[in-house]
Amino acid sequence: MKFSDVVIIGGGPAGMSAALAAAEAGVRVTMMDRFSEPGGQLVKQTHRFFGSEHERAGTRGIEIVEILRKQIEENPLIEVKKNTDVLGIYSDRVITFEEDHVYGRMTAGKIIIATGASEKMLQFENNDLPGVYGAGAVQTLMNVYGIQPGQRVLMIGAGNIGLIVSYQLLQAGAQVAAIVEAAPRIGGYKVHASKVRRFGVPIYTKTTIKAALGDHRVTGAVLADMDDKFQIIPGTEREIEVDTICIAVGLAPLSELLVHSGAEMHYVPQLGGFVPVRDEYLETTAPGVYVAGDVSCIEEATAAMLEGSIAGVSAAIASGMNRPELIAKREEFVEQLAILRSGAAGKKIRDGLKLIARREQN
Amino acid sequence: MTGTLESTGIASREMFEKLLPSPERRARGPYIVMECYEEIPCNPCSTSCPFHAVHMDNINDLPQCDIDKCTGCGSCVGRCPGLACFVIDETVGDGKVKITFPYEMVPLPAVGDQVDALGRDGEVVGKAEIVRVLSTEKLDHTSIITMLVDKELLYDARNIRCE
Repeated sequence: MKFSDVVIIGGGPAGMSAALAAAEAGVRVTMMDRFSEPGGQLVKQTHRFFGSEHERAGTRGIEIVEILRKQIEENPLIEVKKNTDVLGIYSDRVITFEEDHVYGRMTAGKIIIATGASEKMLQFENNDLPGVYGAGAVQTLMNVYGIQPGQRVLMIGAGNIGLIVSYQLLQAGAQVAAIVEAAPRIGGYKVHASKVRRFGVPIYTKTTIKAALGDHRVTGAVLADMDDKFQIIPGTEREIEVDTICIAVGLAPLSELLVHSGAEMHYVPQLGGFVPVRDEYLETTAPGVYVAGDVSCIEEATAAMLEGSIAGVSAAIASGMNRPELIAKREEFVEQLAILRSGAAGKKIRDGLKLIARREQN
Repeated sequence: MTGTLESTGIASREMFEKLLPSPERRARGPYIVMECYEEIPCNPCSTSCPFHAVHMDNINDLPQCDIDKCTGCGSCVGRCPGLACFVIDETVGDGKVKITFPYEMVPLPAVGDQVDALGRDGEVVGKAEIVRVLSTEKLDHTSIITMLVDKELLYDARNIRCE
């Protein structure tokens, strides 16, 4: 059976960074991704990233993906398996997959799971009408394929994704009728909120969608006020005319393969859902299985890239590349990530990580 | 306008005025106003400043600008991922001020255009004359626009509507 020192499952920002970190440390890497090109969500991030220079702050996601792809292509130690779905992970680190619809198997010295996240859905009447989209789909249509999904859009959720996608809808020439948010506060960065407000997009906090209107496609929505317990206040319902409803109510880690690997999992709301117990170098309780990116905790792409670097270099070190300079490099990545998470914006993540940190043996 | 930045996305006049430099500095030439009111891990304003005027001890801090080093050059305007940096020039006279802001929409206005100036909520607050449009490869689709507006609009005018 074919063997690779490190197999990385998922070719998004975390997986690509992990592949580069491991290969630069000198081990052979196989990176698997279900799409025709690696890049994950970076391919639709047309906005400039936050962070510091180390994490390419001020650069747009669509440019970062080009840089990472080129580095991966030029690295002879990295093999990329495109159009590849991983089917299972066995306890002896045998991985089964389907590559271009052909079944295959291989074994790995170490495995890094960087499968990302999926969007959460919201329950409301008629939520299966054509014209109801997830924010990811709207971004893909606009920013990857150049298709404007609608003329007049209602955005559900004022987290960073809801705010950023609203801004990108404006850039694409659509109208954003409103952004509604169930919580009393805007969840995303206020600078993103201010950006869309300057273009006249209202943000209604303590508000939710009760129903989508329309027979064959969305023609409007019913909004309603919410109380402090997130219950609809009867009598506050009102209609809004839109042709598209975009849902941006959060992400959940795509953790099925971690469960497969036997890693100990816990539900940690601060990190977005079921996530694995891990040590500071991102190894799970399943020996030789590491985690990085949104599947580890729902966070920004900058943090995902750093987690990828930590997991990649750790997998290489554990594969025998335990050279002092690699260990020093890993500490640098760990410190960069800690600094990134050290502020007010990182508090939720820090609280969640405390609950899930693996207690060191001895 | 009711509510706070947290619930509306709009910074109050008081929050903005706290960022303004001394009257002497305002009378001397263009200066930066960094409308960054929330601690987020981000520092391109600091690293892009050619005069090393913007300081942050920790990447999560709010930027602190040494306004005597700031020349109002606008480097940070095109680099701030939050589009939160604005250059204000109160020395033009004639009851007017120049406001320089980042703009990422198409079409771009042209110098000399008379357009609507929009407020922080996107409502029309007055008229603006476009006096400079900077859109280079290095700016990478974040253009830097300067508009001339009535000086009463110092706090309000933050955007334009191009027909």
